Amino acid sequence: MTTTTTRPGAGVAAAGEDTGPGRKRRGMKSPYPLWFYMPAGLFYVVLFLIPTGASFYFALTRWTLFDIEFIGFDNFIRFFQEQALVQGFINTFIYAFVTSGAKVVLGLLLGVLLTSQIIARGYLRSVVFFPVLVSTIGVGVTFKVLLDPFDGLVNQVLGWFGITGPGWLTDPAWALMSVALVDIWKGIGLATLIYIAGMVAIPQEYFEAAKVDGANSWKNFWHIILPLVRPATTTVIILSLIGGLRSFDLIWAMTRGGPGFTSDVIASVIYKQYQAGFYGLSTAGNVVLFIVVAALIVPLSAWLNRGEKDA
Amino acid sequence: MFSRQSRRSMLAFGASGIALTLTLAGCSGGGGGSGEGEDGNVTLSILIPSDEATVTTFDALIEEFEKQNPDITVETETRPGGAEGDNIVKTRLSTGEMNDLFQYNSGSLFQALNPDQTLVNLDDQDYADKLAEEFRTVVSTDNGVYGVPYGQAMAGAVLYNKTIYEELGLEIPRTWDEFMANNQAIKDAGRAAPIVQTYGDTWTSQLFVLGDFYNVLAEDPDWAEKYTNNEAKFVDEPALAGFRHLQEAFEADFYNEDFASALYADGVSMVATGEGAHYPMLTFAAQQLAVTNPEAFDIVGTFPLPGENAESNGLTVWMPAAMYIPKSTEGAQLEAAQKFNEFMTTTDACDIQSVTIPPQGPFVVEGCELPEDVPAMISDMQPYFDEEGKTAPALEFLSPIKGPALEQITVAVGSGITSAEDGAAQYDEDVKKQAQQLGLEGW
Repeated sequence: MTTTTTRPGAGVAAAGEDTGPGRKRRGMKSPYPLWFYMPAGLFYVVLFLIPTGASFYFALTRWTLFDIEFIGFDNFIRFFQEQALVQGFINTFIYAFVTSGAKVVLGLLLGVLLTSQIIARGYLRSVVFFPVLVSTIGVGVTFKVLLDPFDGLVNQVLGWFGITGPGWLTDPAWALMSVALVDIWKGIGLATLIYIAGMVAIPQEYFEAAKVDGANSWKNFWHIILPLVRPATTTVIILSLIGGLRSFDLIWAMTRGGPGFTSDVIASVIYKQYQAGFYGLSTAGNVVLFIVVAALIVPLSAWLNRGEKDA
Repeated sequence: MFSRQSRRSMLAFGASGIALTLTLAGCSGGGGGSGEGEDGNVTLSILIPSDEATVTTFDALIEEFEKQNPDITVETETRPGGAEGDNIVKTRLSTGEMNDLFQYNSGSLFQALNPDQTLVNLDDQDYADKLAEEFRTVVSTDNGVYGVPYGQAMAGAVLYNKTIYEELGLEIPRTWDEFMANNQAIKDAGRAAPIVQTYGDTWTSQLFVLGDFYNVLAEDPDWAEKYTNNEAKFVDEPALAGFRHLQEAFEADFYNEDFASALYADGVSMVATGEGAHYPMLTFAAQQLAVTNPEAFDIVGTFPLPGENAESNGLTVWMPAAMYIPKSTEGAQLEAAQKFNEFMTTTDACDIQSVTIPPQGPFVVEGCELPEDVPAMISDMQPYFDEEGKTAPALEFLSPIKGPALEQITVAVGSGITSAEDGAAQYDEDVKKQAQQLGLEGW
């Protein structure tokens, strides 16, 4: 566990990939010749560096797809004046932190449950993971039907118990939280999977030693499992936070940012600007989103991983 | 027991899982793809909106067209409506991937396509002379005319249930106050929702604002010009009235219970069945009515959105959508597309359109007449068309600027989330972006 050497700042890409021992000796001369890197390097330049550079340029233009006019930072000024944007920013953070927090807590609890000796463990594990495999748009459309205020299954079932359910997706007070709940349901399987992987990797000797010392299950959890699944927690937090900050598809499928602008997030504001044909403006929005996500994730990732080295 | 190595591969698997599920679904396929067959047959590909009425009509039109032109095979491809459709049309035009012929709005949305650069000028075609003048202006730039009409002109007005009006002995309102009094009477009778709103389809929320434009022009005949020149704003009267009405009707609790989630089709059905009394809507609803409630043809009538003044009460009129040929269409396809356009201006095509689905208003092509037995929704409009000065074009035909966020703003105002003044101010900002994007002077 302690051998994981995710570089600070490498973010998600490094969190998931196999970090071989070669990584540690970064000062050493590379064992591969330069041409060996060329194909990957070419793809990287064509597919990532050039578009990123181009988007920084287009963000400074008024772009209709037919004409380009250079207008300096006007797009950024306009983007920050956007009335939906302040709301969108707040919503994005609420959404990201709520979904990320819930995935950590629930994923950890489900992980504990599904690593314990219970009946049909393998089956239960796959059931928890199943929503992850379903298309987000499909989930969104399905829940939109289920959460319909009058004909939806959820409110009809609540009705049997004499409860009048709210307009989950149509009441401004509920819309964003309803989508967040569905996001949690859909994403929990992945968090659980990562936690299970972390937990089964904890050597049994610790638990045996703790048993000899007379630790109960609560102490096992608090003093063994929790500290030792820290790398898993880091992965879950970073993955779900980034996912939450840039979440779009589920929100678009369920509410389209509505009613009005009450469940708009940055990504949906940008998408609507793109739809409206404000291509330069929406590119500026994407640059802002990129900076915001980077500004949040880079320090967070550095901080979470620094702690990990001490563990 | 998992080894350390397998824990890593679990992590890698998990990460690839997220990468997979985050991949955006729903990219639509490319257009075009038509070509000339071996035996000289030409395949013409047309992009049309995906609503049922349009698809049915095109099926009928194409059947007749192929009969008249046996060497041309016509295929249709459908696209979504609203902002999503706008995006598809713009993207395809700019990348040269547009179908050989496409159907799209006239007026401000047409202007946003940059027609001089992207569309084929029809000025030199004989059939272009058959277009009615008021239509010609909404598919033209200074350099030429680019479209032929699909369908008929229509009005943005209040659809109402005549049975309810008869039972309660109500008169057609000429002013906003009379309208609100009628609503109160209907509410007191407990028979129906006084006003139907359907925010499940957000575009339907715009009618209170867009359909009120006749009244705006009645107060200030130069309003559209001032608006284009950045001199008239929605936050000020008379244009604010549309937003104000939306808020007043919400505060009076006149909307149907499920207004936040109901859809357009529900709205039309509600007026037809008498669950709702009024529904501010475009008269193309006659087509929806034909699909879901044909028995209510004589029950659903139309009156203009009332304003402040009883004397100046008239209809706000929308010009029909049009067929355009993109510059990317060449050779045999171009010829076939021109033939199809010519066919669209014949009385044959008009008759097919008014028979296949109920007309939504008068034709704008020379020689085309409506049949005798049109739904009440349409015949109620005729007096306004017959009298000089009782109709006015909607704002989108007098000005190139239409803000894209209007439907969200009107939903917010109509749901009591935003006040009328704030909503109007937000829309003014939205309009500003569009004007700047279009590169207009004075913004």
